[in-house]
Amino acid sequence: MKYVDEFRDPAKARALVASIGRLAQRLARPRQAPLQLMEFCGGHTHTIFRYGLSQLLPSSVELVHGPGCPVCVLPMGRVDDCIALAERPEVILASFGDALRVPGSRGSLLDAKARGADVRIVYSPLDALGLARRHPERQVIFFALGFETTMPSTALTVLQAERDGVENFSLFCNHITTLPTIKAILDSPDMAIDGFLAPGHVSMVIGARPFDFIAERYHRPIVITGFEPLDILQSIWMLIEQIAAGRAAVENQYARAVREEGNAVALEAIGKVFQLREFFEWRGLGSIDHSGIAIRDAYERFDAERRFGVRHLKIADPKACQCGEVLKGVLRPWECKVFGGACTPETPMGALMVSSEGACAAYYKFADVDALIRRRQSAERREPEPAGP
Amino acid sequence: MSNRPMNEPPLNESPVAGVAAARRRGKLGAKTIALAHGSGGKGMRDLIEDVLVGAFDNPALAALEDQATLDLASLTARGDRLALTTDSYVVDPLFFPGGDIGKLAVNGTVNDLAVGGATPLYLTCGLIIEEGLEVETLRRVVRSMKVAADAAGVKIVTGDTKVVGRGAADKLFINTAGVGVVPAGVCLGAHRATPGDQVLTNGFIGDHGAAIVDARGQFALENHILSDCQPLHGLVQAMLAAYPDVHCLRDATRGGIAGVANEFAEQSGVGIRLDEASIPLRDEVRGMCELLGLDPLYLANEGKLVAIVPKAGSDAVLRAMRAHPAGADSANVGEVIASRPGRVTLRSVLGGERVVDVPFGEQLPRIC
Repeated sequence: MKYVDEFRDPAKARALVASIGRLAQRLARPRQAPLQLMEFCGGHTHTIFRYGLSQLLPSSVELVHGPGCPVCVLPMGRVDDCIALAERPEVILASFGDALRVPGSRGSLLDAKARGADVRIVYSPLDALGLARRHPERQVIFFALGFETTMPSTALTVLQAERDGVENFSLFCNHITTLPTIKAILDSPDMAIDGFLAPGHVSMVIGARPFDFIAERYHRPIVITGFEPLDILQSIWMLIEQIAAGRAAVENQYARAVREEGNAVALEAIGKVFQLREFFEWRGLGSIDHSGIAIRDAYERFDAERRFGVRHLKIADPKACQCGEVLKGVLRPWECKVFGGACTPETPMGALMVSSEGACAAYYKFADVDALIRRRQSAERREPEPAGP
Repeated sequence: MSNRPMNEPPLNESPVAGVAAARRRGKLGAKTIALAHGSGGKGMRDLIEDVLVGAFDNPALAALEDQATLDLASLTARGDRLALTTDSYVVDPLFFPGGDIGKLAVNGTVNDLAVGGATPLYLTCGLIIEEGLEVETLRRVVRSMKVAADAAGVKIVTGDTKVVGRGAADKLFINTAGVGVVPAGVCLGAHRATPGDQVLTNGFIGDHGAAIVDARGQFALENHILSDCQPLHGLVQAMLAAYPDVHCLRDATRGGIAGVANEFAEQSGVGIRLDEASIPLRDEVRGMCELLGLDPLYLANEGKLVAIVPKAGSDAVLRAMRAHPAGADSANVGEVIASRPGRVTLRSVLGGERVVDVPFGEQLPRIC
C-alpha cells in the first residue's frame, strides 16, 4: 500500500536497528543502566507493540511507555459524571468508541447503555452535531476527549454549532494538554528518562517550539516522531545520537507532517473556544496544574457541565494500582503487583489497562503475559544466593 | 427412492403435498408485514404460502406439515454420522455488498456443517419479522436464500414465522438449522493440532467485516469491499480428497482467524505462530483497518476457513485449495509449535513477534 509500506520496509528496519546497536554500544560502556527512552503517545506505544520493536532493540535501550492515552488517564469521577449525564432521559450521549469501556466506580458507559442510557458511538464531533440536528427534541452531549490532536475538531464543532444556532448540543469537556504532563513527569523525583519521543499528531497542531523547555531547562533530547515503525526506529536513533554527542535539542523526524510553527487555524479555534483549568485530575498521576481544558465563558451554553450542573465527583484510584510508577518509568508494566491478576483488559483497575493504547493493555495483548508474571513472581521471592559446595 | 441419484438429497415426498398444491396457494396482497401475518390465521397462511413456499419450491415444504421427515436409508448411504447445527442471523444492514442476511443465513449454517467434514443436505428457516417490514424486502431475502441454497445444493425443508411488534426486533432476524452427513473416516477436531503442522487459509481475510463497516455508510470509502460470503463444503471436500488426515478445520467467522487460531491452540495445548507477511489481505481492507484502528486478524469472515494440516500433506492440500474456486488465493500462513502452549503469536513484517490474544468484546456489533 502506497505511503504505508515505505515506512515498514524490513530491510530499512534492519539497517536502522543495526546502527542503533552500534551507537548504543558506544554508550553502553560508560553507563551502568540501560538507556530509558519514553514515547509519550499511546499511538507510538501501539506501533511499538504491533511490530515487536522492543525485541529488535539492543538490551541497552529500553522504551518506557508514557501517559499519552487520553482514554486511559480519565479519572473515575469524570466517568461517573459522564454516566450521570448519559442517564438523563432527555440526553443522547455521543462518544468515541474506545471511551465506552473505561470503568468508573459503578461500571462503564457500555454498562450504562445496557441499562437503557442512550449512548451512541460517533467518529467525530461533527457526527454528534448531526445527531443534535436530527433530534431537536433531545439534548445531545459530546464526550470530548483527547490531547491537542482532537481539540481542534471539537473547537470547530462548537463554532459551527454557534453559527448554525444549534441549541441542543453541548460538550462534556475532558480535553487535556501535553506539556504540563511531560513537565510533571520531568519534575518527579524518581524520574529516570533519558530522552523523549514527542507525539507527532499533537505536534502537527502545536508545532515544535513548545517542546524547547524540555531541552533547555531539563537537558533531555526530544524528537518529534511519526507513527510508522521506521519513524520510531529512526527517532530512537536520533535520540541516542544526541545523547552520544552530549546534546539536548528538539528535533523533528516527522517533518512530512509537522511544521515548526504548528497549525495556525487549529490553534486559533482552540484559543477561541477553550481555556486552561487551574488543575485537572489524571488517573494514575493525580492532579496536574493547568493540564485540563474547559470551555470559555463566551461559549458556556455549549458546556454540559454548566448546563446540567455536573457534580464533579472525586473518586480515588484503587490503592493497589501502581500506574503512576509505570508512567514515570520506575516500574515496568508487569512489575506492578496487580498486572494480569486483578487488573486485565476485561476488568481494568488502572489507567494503563483501560484502552488498547495503554502500556499495560499493550503488554497484556501483545506480549507473553504468563512469562512476564512468572518473571515478577520469581523476582518477588528471590532467595539469597545459595552457598557454594 | 432407491434409484435416486446420490447427488440429490433424499426427500420424503408427503402424500399431502399433492393436495396442498391442488388447493389454490394463498396470495399476500399487503405491502408491509403486520402483526396479523404472524397470528396463525389467514394472514399468516398467505405469507407462508406466497412468500416462502412459493420461493423455496420443494414438496416437503409445500406439504405444510409441522415437520420435515427425512429418509434414513439414503442418509446412511452417505456416511456414518449425522451433523446438526444451528445459527441465528441478525446482521445490520440486511443488504450489504456481496450478500444479504438471507445468503448469510444459508452459507453460515452450510459452513458450520462443512468444517465438520459433513455434506450439508437440509436447512430449516425460522424468521422473526418486525412489524412494518416491507413485503418486498422479505421477498428479496427469501429469493436470495433460495439462490444460495441451490448453489450450495441444500434444501430448505421446514420453517417457522413470527411477527413481533415495532422495536421488539430490528427488521428481520433469521435462524437456520442444518443437517448434514459425515462420511466414514473423516475425523476433524480442534484438539488434534500437533507441533509441525501447517496453518492454511483459503484467501483474503476480513472482507466480510470490512464490507459491513462499508455498508453502514459512515465513512464514504472510495473502494467498495464485497463480503466473502460463500459456501465452503465443496472446498472442504477437495481438501479431504487431497489429504484425508486434515487435523483441524473451522470457519473464521466472528473473532476472525485470530479467534479460530486461539481455539485450536487452547484445545490442542500447542502454540501457533502466524506469519504476518504471508496472510492474504486486500489493500482496501488493510486501508480501512489502518484508518479505523481495526485488526484484520479479528475481522469477521463468512467464506474463510482455517485448516491445520500435517506438514506431509500441507502442499497437497494447498494445491487442492488453490484449484477450487473458493480457494484461489489460499496461503500457508503459519505453523503449529510446541513452545508457548495455548498461545497464538504473530511474526510481524519487521521480524518482531507479538501475542495474538483471544478476542474479547466485539470489534463491531451485529456483523452476522
